[in-house]
Amino acid sequence: MTAAEFPPEVRERFPEVSERPSVDCKAFNCPPERLPAFLQWLRDALDFDLLTDISGVDWNDASPRFSVVYHLYSTRRHGYVRVVTDCPSDDEPAVPSVVPLWPGANWHERETYDMFGIRFTGHPDLRRILMWDGYEYYPLRKDFPLAGFETDLPDAEVAAETGAKVQAAPMAGGPFVAPTRGTMKEREPRAKDESWTEKKPKPRA
Amino acid sequence: MDFKTASEIAFPDTAARTDAALQELETEKMSLSMGPSHPSTHGVLRLMLELDGEVVTGCDPVIGYLHRGDEKIAENMTYNQFVPYTDRLDYLAPLANNVAYALAVEKLADLDIPPRGQAIRVIVCEMARISAHLLGLGAYAMDTGAMTVFLYTFTEREKLYTLFEELTGARFTTSYTRIGGVARDVPAGWTERVLKFCDQFLPVVDEVDKLLTRNRIFVDRTEGVGEISAADAVAYGLTGPNLRASGVPMDLRKDDPYCGYENYEFDVPIGTRGDSYDRYLVRLEEMRQSVRILRQAIDGFPDGLWYDEGAKKIFAPPKDKIMTRMEELIQNFMLVTEGPQMPPGEVYFEAENPKGALGFFIISKGGGVPYRLKIRSPSFASLSILPKVCVGAMVSDVVTILGSLDFVMGECDR
Repeated sequence: MTAAEFPPEVRERFPEVSERPSVDCKAFNCPPERLPAFLQWLRDALDFDLLTDISGVDWNDASPRFSVVYHLYSTRRHGYVRVVTDCPSDDEPAVPSVVPLWPGANWHERETYDMFGIRFTGHPDLRRILMWDGYEYYPLRKDFPLAGFETDLPDAEVAAETGAKVQAAPMAGGPFVAPTRGTMKEREPRAKDESWTEKKPKPRA
Repeated sequence: MDFKTASEIAFPDTAARTDAALQELETEKMSLSMGPSHPSTHGVLRLMLELDGEVVTGCDPVIGYLHRGDEKIAENMTYNQFVPYTDRLDYLAPLANNVAYALAVEKLADLDIPPRGQAIRVIVCEMARISAHLLGLGAYAMDTGAMTVFLYTFTEREKLYTLFEELTGARFTTSYTRIGGVARDVPAGWTERVLKFCDQFLPVVDEVDKLLTRNRIFVDRTEGVGEISAADAVAYGLTGPNLRASGVPMDLRKDDPYCGYENYEFDVPIGTRGDSYDRYLVRLEEMRQSVRILRQAIDGFPDGLWYDEGAKKIFAPPKDKIMTRMEELIQNFMLVTEGPQMPPGEVYFEAENPKGALGFFIISKGGGVPYRLKIRSPSFASLSILPKVCVGAMVSDVVTILGSLDFVMGECDR
């Protein structure tokens, strides 16, 4: 659906919704308290019946820090619309859940919660989906390092038995980011180092 | 509160008659963990089932066993470096993923690929679709007890892999597209070999058709099992063959054409009931339609370049020029070190992949690295409907439903 086809009544019905600059489909900024009503109106009045995607965004040092982006598709009119809502609080980000509108939003919201720590108020079953229960971090936040953190194993029994930990990625700073200081051997663990073999293990750093 | 027991849902008549007898029996629900390593869960999907006898009364899918953090990785590398990661999303159709990702980034950069490049992309997408559906159907048939089909479809997949290898240099993880085109032109005589494959492939589809479509056992095991209404399918965000089997004629190749799909003639098969049998029929017919597209694409295969010549800061120059000319050398150096230069903006693109609509949402702040890249995977949406579909089904039906939904965990977990 092109911008010209979009009915102008959106401004009268939802004065707090503003247009968002976009290079492809029509996009809107919507405050979280009006989000369910706005999405419902898009679904019922404008036929945007398929919720294709929900994704979180961490704007890092900006405030509001977290946004949630919804993409809707119309199976009848063949077009997309993007709705972006900013979380009011940076420390405890939360937006209303749209599971009552689309049951398929359930998993998408769980994933956004899992990855960004954005809570969806009114969600029937908000728990982690990709990471395990009890994981302490939100991996897609910008302050989470690419290499990850050392954490306990998901299975407490195995952890107690083996004493093993979930370790950070082996390369400094992350698999694809080499530090600028130090010798080649220190910077790049993949560099050939023949001083250790199977019998004589690599010394711990 | 008025609620029904599982047996009342599954067998309303019998349940009423045996109700009195059941009252005297002491029964309790059993919980069964199916997966994460189970032949019918096709990867590392785990279902926490709650059973009343053999009837499923609750289903809680546990996913994430194949989570690799692709979205985090994408934020830390250039656009071109991420192409190999897209191979590993839906690893049964890597070529289609490559194309979908390249198209998303090209939408951001506003690039137009010459006709030859577009035709190559259509050809590889349709070959990937055939290859993915062959595996999907073969494994599905094997799950329902028809072993032979798997052998037929894998023979054909092997031929496709040989063609992929000739074109891309790899059988499985192809990494064929680049932002702004494809890695290399098709080798001499390759399109003829694709046509030859098409000629001998259609009879094999007919054989699969004969083996399954009127096979009493297969029909009994799939018809009416795992019915998804059109309204439910849309509400849960199902796309691709799973949505079309429920009777919703949504196909992005027709509705929102990319790569010049509007120039090809093909039909979009849809189902009527949305049960597992319909999902099988839709996939079977889609393979025939893909062959139709392949023939048209090769028939009118245009000459010219397979990459956008104007995309100087995005597409790598030809190798022979890098080695001999200063400007191209600098250009290549900048591309490798800084990545393809993108304008700032937000863009969302979905392509019609074998499993459904694979979407990429890219937020760019300019430069060679995406600020945020979200992958919308069709398998993720397909699996989210399991708690609804599986309740009331028998344990053996769960296997059928999983097979008919045709998901890939690599794409679901990312």
